[in-house]
Amino acid sequence: MILTTLPILIPLVLIIVLMFSKSSIFSEVVTIIGTFTLLAVSLIATIYVNNNGLLVAYIGGWQAPYGITLVIDHFSSILLLTTSIILVSISIYALKYFPKTSQYKRFYIFFFTLTMGINGAFITGDIFNLYVWFEVMLLSSFVLITFGNQKQQLQGGIKYLAMNLVGSLFLLAGIGLIYGKTGTLNIAKLAEIIGNYEGEIFWLNTSGILIFIAFGIKAALFPLFYWLPASYHTPNITITSLFAGILTKVGVYALVRFFTLFLAIDQEFWQNLILTIAGLTMLSGGMAASTQYDNRKILSYHIISQIGYMIMGLGIFTTLSIAGAIFFIMHNMIAKTNVFLTAGMIDKIKGTYNLKNLGGLYKSNPLMAFLFIIPAFALAGIPQLSGFFAKFILIKAGFEDGHYITTSVALFTGLLTLYSMIKIWNEAFLKKAPEHVSDNKNIKLTFKDYLPSVILGSISILMGIFASEVFDFVHHAAESLMDNATYIKSVLK
Amino acid sequence: MNLNILQYAEKPIRWLLIIISIVALLRGHNYPGGGFIGGLLAGLAIVFQSLAYDVETVRKKMKLSPQSFIGIGLAIAAISLLPSIIGGAELMQAYWVKLQITESYVLKLGTPLIFDIGIFFSVIGIVLMFIFNLSK
Amino acid sequence: MEILLAILIGSLYTAGVYMLLRRSILKFIIGIIFISNATNLLVFMSSGLVKGNPPFTAPDGTPLEQTADPLNQALVLTAIVIGLGVVAYTLALKYKFFELTKTDDLDELKQTEEV
Repeated sequence: MILTTLPILIPLVLIIVLMFSKSSIFSEVVTIIGTFTLLAVSLIATIYVNNNGLLVAYIGGWQAPYGITLVIDHFSSILLLTTSIILVSISIYALKYFPKTSQYKRFYIFFFTLTMGINGAFITGDIFNLYVWFEVMLLSSFVLITFGNQKQQLQGGIKYLAMNLVGSLFLLAGIGLIYGKTGTLNIAKLAEIIGNYEGEIFWLNTSGILIFIAFGIKAALFPLFYWLPASYHTPNITITSLFAGILTKVGVYALVRFFTLFLAIDQEFWQNLILTIAGLTMLSGGMAASTQYDNRKILSYHIISQIGYMIMGLGIFTTLSIAGAIFFIMHNMIAKTNVFLTAGMIDKIKGTYNLKNLGGLYKSNPLMAFLFIIPAFALAGIPQLSGFFAKFILIKAGFEDGHYITTSVALFTGLLTLYSMIKIWNEAFLKKAPEHVSDNKNIKLTFKDYLPSVILGSISILMGIFASEVFDFVHHAAESLMDNATYIKSVLK
Repeated sequence: MNLNILQYAEKPIRWLLIIISIVALLRGHNYPGGGFIGGLLAGLAIVFQSLAYDVETVRKKMKLSPQSFIGIGLAIAAISLLPSIIGGAELMQAYWVKLQITESYVLKLGTPLIFDIGIFFSVIGIVLMFIFNLSK
Repeated sequence: MEILLAILIGSLYTAGVYMLLRRSILKFIIGIIFISNATNLLVFMSSGLVKGNPPFTAPDGTPLEQTADPLNQALVLTAIVIGLGVVAYTLALKYKFFELTKTDDLDELKQTEEV
């Protein structure tokens, strides 16, 4: 069905149009229209999947285990929808915050190649194809992270590139070994084979570990995360927000997709490994964040600590915990992008990200303070915002299944998050502005500057208010992940 | 640099390479060859030219920028998807036209060929981008 | 033959890791090339080697006995193309970085921390 392929086709068409665009205004208009179209498409796909079951497309008409299959199931549709909401807000944000240099038009081209890679990774039903989409995503992110060509960006780029390249090679090796052992690349067929596997599980675990390391690097898990805080604060804030919101979560998506397969056969080994790493990821990210004074760095370390929660949901491995993890991914993508957007706003007015040089923003700009506090509280898990329910489900699932240590670590990390958010709040908004730093008084933020943050903030609030509806939705996705019979049946026919 | 012999030889070799690249492109699909290899060979022709002269002269001589090569290539590749979308088949499903040229020879033309031509142009663009950017 | 290739893959990985751990960026790129070639070989090897039977069917369409697996070859081809793009990008990045800082030393990459 054509609807299945649209999330890839629309960016492709937009890339071609943007490549021939002569004026930057044309590029802007095309981008805005394009992101809204993507939003509409992913909304339709989500509704369709919810009502009629999975969307499947066989590329080139080759049947399931042989050709490349594209599948949109509940989980992918949720992530497609969340991603496209973020893309809409970033495309509006870029109008105001991306410097109008000679690279401005090129930014939009790579914006959509990145989108194509992300959407492709979400909807593919073939593991090698997943690797290809990861590479598409990675190469565009390489280009985006070095935009500006200053010393800082190039250095950040090299650090980012080094780890991620090694990660890709691990992924490729793991996929090759899986193919050697099972003779298939199709996820549905793989699930079928692994479900009925009767050999030494040990043999599959080698490729499992390779893939775990690969996605661990992409998702910034505990011992492999240090590329993230070393590079995320170097590019322009628009690019940082885009990366912070989406990229690591694609890694988490792939982990959840793969390890619901692997966990099913060797639960004890994987569960212990994933839960330990989840706890350490949360703790190290949260603690590192509390020592930083650069706004973007605090938030970058926070990405890591939040990834821990998602992986914890995967590690507990009950329907409830997977539902919690998906809820958390949704909430985190939106809130995280939003805090980065507000950091960009602060920088636009004050010209710095360093908390020591900030202050007095609550008095001078109460609206911005309000816009900051929504995602900040959502991240910290204050009730009635999206983050509270996400954490609540995860922690409930953890205690129910008896994983007390990791769950306690999760609770403690919640405090660390709250501490960091209060720190930003105190330093940037409440405290008196330091004498020696002068404001850019002539810069007044307009409605267009605030709009992306307003969109994302209201979604955070709405997710909190309609938490039970959202929960039903993610619970459905988790059920279909845990019991992949429907997935196998609709793909393999 | 002024390498006279190379500059004399360059023109026939360039055209030879381009012809070979087109042959490689057209025999693709069922025999070794195809858009990627063809594109690399055609790119090689231009690399050869820039060896004989220098990169700047070649860059000025080119009527199209590498970016537009890639753009055109992508556009052609995207066009090759249209028949399958309009025809309501699965995406990228191949459509073939069989032309009876002589008694025994049937020429098969289809959407994969158009896709290959798209790849051909993008690869030329990418090769050009490599040399123009890396040999400043 | 397979054992020979396995040893080759192992030594390529070793050489690659050694190069990755050097301080020079250029050597780092060489390391990436080694490891990526080793990985490509590994993927290629994962379905085993078949001597003398390329993955084609006979002209009348009947499958030949014990042909090589074509899928691995397709995967490796894709991986090689991706590797080409990645290496070209890395070289361009290194070039730009060298132009700006006149250094090839990974230990000089400290300015990102001094914000």
